[in-house]
Amino acid sequence: MLIRKAPDIPSSEITGKGLYLNRRKFLASAAMAGAAAVAGVGLRELASPSAVALANAKIDGIQKSSFSTTETITPFKDVSNYNNYYEFSTDKYEPAGLAKDFKTRPWTVTIDGLVKKKQVLDVDTVIKMATPEERIYRHRCVEGWSIVVPWVGFSLNELIKKAEPLGKAKFVEFATVYDPKQMPGQQGRVLDWPYVEGLRMDEAMHPLALLCFGMYGEVLPNQDGAPLRMVLPWKYGFKSAKAIVRIRFTESQPVNTWNRSAPNEYGFYSNVNPNVDHPRWSQAKERRLGEFFKRPTLMFNGYDQVASLYSGMDLKKYF
Amino acid sequence: MKVSWFKPVVFLACLIPLARLGWKAYNGALGANPIEVITHSTGDWILRFVLVTLAITPLRKLIRQPWLIRYRRMFGLFAFFYAVLHFLTYIWLDKFFDVHEMLADVTKRRFITVGFTGFVLLIPLALTSTRGWIRRLGGKRWQALHRLIYVSAVAGVIHYVWLVKADLHKPLEYALVLSLLLGYRIVSWALPKIKTRPAGALQPKRVNVPEV
Repeated sequence: MLIRKAPDIPSSEITGKGLYLNRRKFLASAAMAGAAAVAGVGLRELASPSAVALANAKIDGIQKSSFSTTETITPFKDVSNYNNYYEFSTDKYEPAGLAKDFKTRPWTVTIDGLVKKKQVLDVDTVIKMATPEERIYRHRCVEGWSIVVPWVGFSLNELIKKAEPLGKAKFVEFATVYDPKQMPGQQGRVLDWPYVEGLRMDEAMHPLALLCFGMYGEVLPNQDGAPLRMVLPWKYGFKSAKAIVRIRFTESQPVNTWNRSAPNEYGFYSNVNPNVDHPRWSQAKERRLGEFFKRPTLMFNGYDQVASLYSGMDLKKYF
Repeated sequence: MKVSWFKPVVFLACLIPLARLGWKAYNGALGANPIEVITHSTGDWILRFVLVTLAITPLRKLIRQPWLIRYRRMFGLFAFFYAVLHFLTYIWLDKFFDVHEMLADVTKRRFITVGFTGFVLLIPLALTSTRGWIRRLGGKRWQALHRLIYVSAVAGVIHYVWLVKADLHKPLEYALVLSLLLGYRIVSWALPKIKTRPAGALQPKRVNVPEV
């Protein structure tokens, strides 16, 4: 029997260190995935794109904010796998998978209506308008659950100041992208697309109102409203429009999507208010994800600093 | 199916939804809001079992499989079983036995009112599901009482319709199946009366278990 001498390995076939390390990482994660599957972890969790797709999406230069709460932060896994995002699905567990390939670049944001100069901005220009801050906010859904999320963004008023709205502008309207090809939920008529939300100008100028593009120090996952969303911690979650493509300044009050869908159930203001029930369920308590017992819901979700915006208003009428 | 092992197998199969919930809960795989998952899952299974129960009579007549009747009580009792779990989830994990809050719910919130009604109506049916009770009440009266399942099923579907925020797809699927099943009964009740040919032509033969 002839034993052939092994040929020299050409250098082109030697695996580079980076690849080699990647392979190790891949094997490790594959082993973990296997172990997890054996342990009975739902496939959905494994299929979650967030951990992989966002590995290198750290946001640099994030400043701390005095608006942040010290309450326990909800795990990233929960915030990125439990999403009310009807553009993708009415099932809260589905957007994480369905938004996986959603394209957030190129992306433009149109600023129009009653402004000095109408403009179409690249989303990356918008994001760089001000220093990113981490705002750890409580977030209360109208359905009665809540989370604590370290969002990344800056006060909406930074953008508004640069947009130079005219004196006549009394409201700001946000519109979510309409793209049924990418957003399967928009292929049905569950809501009147595109999703529209709005704020009164003084609400929009309040420093708590956050123009958001990240969470947990990283770029927003698609299912959490990438590339650009609002976060309004004193209002029910649905007021915080996601995947924003247009910010418009108007004289008359915008008709927000949920208000159009069920005017007796969802108002324009939709401030978190334990004393005003949803017509079909109580708003007095909420379940913080991860907690067993319910906790009392706080007026304005505990953000008392906004109370002066509504002084003299009957909040039962303007719910 | 007359084979003796079949009934226990069906019985165990009916426990799979509960076993799945238990297994997932044990492994922490119920997602971000486990209590919501438990509430919705048990609720779904009540409706499914009610519909399966209501499908027995039409099925056994349409496909001429009289043995199916022997599974009706079991499916009905499983509907009740999941209803008890659903109700327990509500009074324990949602309301934490706060009677005041529950009373407010039942009187103020129509989706709770109608759901609660549907549940309460199932109780006498579960209690009188035994052979002894059929005998004691007599076929006719037993049958009349057990027609409450129609009301309970409608209440259950309305409970679901009134609960959702905007997406009516799932509750309407239940509503569609239920209306077919109730429609069958209306037709089979009305048809012999309308037709000129001798009554009884379409009337099924009476069997020892009363019709519902």
